[in-house]
Amino acid sequence: MDFIFIAQQSFSAALGVNTIIFALAAIGLNMHFGYTGLLNFGQAGFLAVGAYSVATLVVSFNFPLWLALLVGILNSIILALLLGLPTLRLRADYLAIVTIAASEIIRQIARSATFNKYLGGSDGITGKFGKDFFDRNPFKNGLDTPFLRYNGNDLWVVVTGWALVIVVLFVMWLLVRSPWGRVLKSIREDEEAVRSLGKNVYLYKMQSLIIGGIVGSFAGFVYALSRQSVQPDNYGTALTFFAYTVLILGGAARVFAPIAGSIIFWFLLVFIEQMLRQAVSAGYIPEWLIGVNQVGQIRFMLVGLGLMMLMIFRPQGIFGDRKELALDARA
Amino acid sequence: MGKAQLVRKIALGLATFFVISSFSTSGSALAAGTSSILAGEIKDSTATPLPGVKIDLAGPNGFSTQLTSDAMGKWQVEVTSTGIYDVTLDQASLPSGQALTDVTKATRKINVLMLGTTLTVLFPIGPGTAKTPLLDQSAQLLIDGLVLGIIIALAALGLSLVFGTTGLTNFAHGELLTLGGLLTYFFSAIVGLPVFAAIPVAVALSAFIGGYLQDRLLWKPLRKRGTGLIAMLVVSIGFAIFVRYVFLFIFGGDTRQLPQFAGQAGLELGLVSITPKAIMSTSVGLLLLVGATLWLLRSRMGKASRAVADNPALAAASGIEVEAVIRSVWILGAFLAAFAGIMVTLNQGVSFLMGQDMLLLIFASVTLGGLGTAYGALVGSLVIGVLIQLSTLIIPTELKYVGALLILIIILLVRPQGILGRKERVG
Repeated sequence: MDFIFIAQQSFSAALGVNTIIFALAAIGLNMHFGYTGLLNFGQAGFLAVGAYSVATLVVSFNFPLWLALLVGILNSIILALLLGLPTLRLRADYLAIVTIAASEIIRQIARSATFNKYLGGSDGITGKFGKDFFDRNPFKNGLDTPFLRYNGNDLWVVVTGWALVIVVLFVMWLLVRSPWGRVLKSIREDEEAVRSLGKNVYLYKMQSLIIGGIVGSFAGFVYALSRQSVQPDNYGTALTFFAYTVLILGGAARVFAPIAGSIIFWFLLVFIEQMLRQAVSAGYIPEWLIGVNQVGQIRFMLVGLGLMMLMIFRPQGIFGDRKELALDARA
Repeated sequence: MGKAQLVRKIALGLATFFVISSFSTSGSALAAGTSSILAGEIKDSTATPLPGVKIDLAGPNGFSTQLTSDAMGKWQVEVTSTGIYDVTLDQASLPSGQALTDVTKATRKINVLMLGTTLTVLFPIGPGTAKTPLLDQSAQLLIDGLVLGIIIALAALGLSLVFGTTGLTNFAHGELLTLGGLLTYFFSAIVGLPVFAAIPVAVALSAFIGGYLQDRLLWKPLRKRGTGLIAMLVVSIGFAIFVRYVFLFIFGGDTRQLPQFAGQAGLELGLVSITPKAIMSTSVGLLLLVGATLWLLRSRMGKASRAVADNPALAAASGIEVEAVIRSVWILGAFLAAFAGIMVTLNQGVSFLMGQDMLLLIFASVTLGGLGTAYGALVGSLVIGVLIQLSTLIIPTELKYVGALLILIIILLVRPQGILGRKERVG
């Protein structure tokens, strides 16, 4: 078994593009779920809106990239308003069902043949819509070290992506420490108490939904730009659930948790996959038990199992504080 | 930009028709050079095979034959001379709601240049606009909608009862449908039982594994630990992902058809056409629903379950054994969901994603009817089922689920407690 290769793959994944995407998605969810207690199961919808805004506007309407990004942010605000207006007055589990339904609506519309002309149907959109971005790439040669390996484009995405994550994280850190952030946390703990203090709970929840949604659309931008394509089925409910796994793994209601969670999540995922793959092809695991193309399924089983175990035995995650988080709906 | 669009267009398999010709050098049946095979697979846009579709073939030297697609939607014919063959799909033989995506492409000209090859002829089929009168179409859609509604209702009742008695919003409920479907497939296609015998075995086993064991080994211990409702909700998501990929691991990713009843011609009953298997399974489903409703209304356990749903503490205080009630609710829910899964399997086959695909419709129905109210779930399911099918009169069939989900959101906007829900249920 080639342990150097396994290590290289795992470490590259731990700091790679997927880690950035899920860290951003989870930072948005942290705003919703960790700080405000909103059970948003439609985060994939925000990513889809961000990704499709960029791809559609640049490819079909010849927008410059910066304008498409701006419109993407605007679209995610609109989505947050549309979602929030009917549901933020409802109990947590209702919000969960409505947001998951909304993200599925977005995915099904994106993959429908009816809007094929602009959204590309089930194949999505592939094109050089990231040209403006990759033209500025100073690292054409990529990186090739024993532990980290990226090609030129990926390295540029990784560097700018982490810069974006740090900026977003800093803003988040300022926000949740502000008086505004304290109101959010108290909404999470006891909504009625906050209302009795004269705060407009609905408005605060809406602001939280919008900010988390914008960060979600950032994740969508990175997703679309890094691959130079968008595919509707990448934005299914599984994406949302994996982002939750990342968040809960790190520890909800902790500013750095999404990053830590995402790094650990992707390191483990790739590490386990590569180990299994090599073990199967080297014959340590018999072929009748696990085929080479079944390795991917095993890792999803482990994600599911991991999410269950985390929630049962360590709901505060690795870095969370059990006392801070009342992970429960008011009965 | 033009180029990118062109590439996309070429890549679009379904919107544009295409002919794949694969040259097989070692065809087992054909001695090289004496005959060719024309073959194809008739599938709709969701890759569900369409059996019983008629294909007419006309070729050189007066060659003419008619073929019918088999249970897997496949057809093939051996031809012995080169030349141009006209392959025509009989559009009237397509099941209702399915049509060629381009009606001008019903006849395909296939040029057999040399013998000893296999040529695949594909017809792009999608949810089409059948050219039937509006009344016929509405009647057919109404029936389809009621069948779908009963399937959803069977699944929704269990979800609603479990929510009512334990407060668990169970995202793994869809996997109970998949379990029922896959067990039926296992006992009929792999063990070799006739489907009629496989169904009761599968349902009983699902009720035991998916109901009794699941509650006993997973949810009961969690309730004992005092795990919060949102935490349990997230646990159910993890459990759903886990179970789904276990199914994928064991059964693979294909949609599997039962060995019997896969392709069945519809019976023409007045305005509508319905397959005998659908009549049979829907009747049984309806009986099960009536039975479950009577159980809730009349039996001691049923009354107790409604009492627990209303107020668990008070129910426990008045001598109701809450754990026993929850156990029976789980078993009943898994039982009904398994049968719902079997109804879907009979009609469309089963894949590991079936439960996931149905889950949102089930949630929509339960929420529409009023979360936690059993009768609300029934009403909501029928409304959703009929609305989904009837909406295809106006919107493209591929967007019908979008319509249903939009209705869900709108209902929540004007009447958050659902049709039959009581106001105080929504905090």
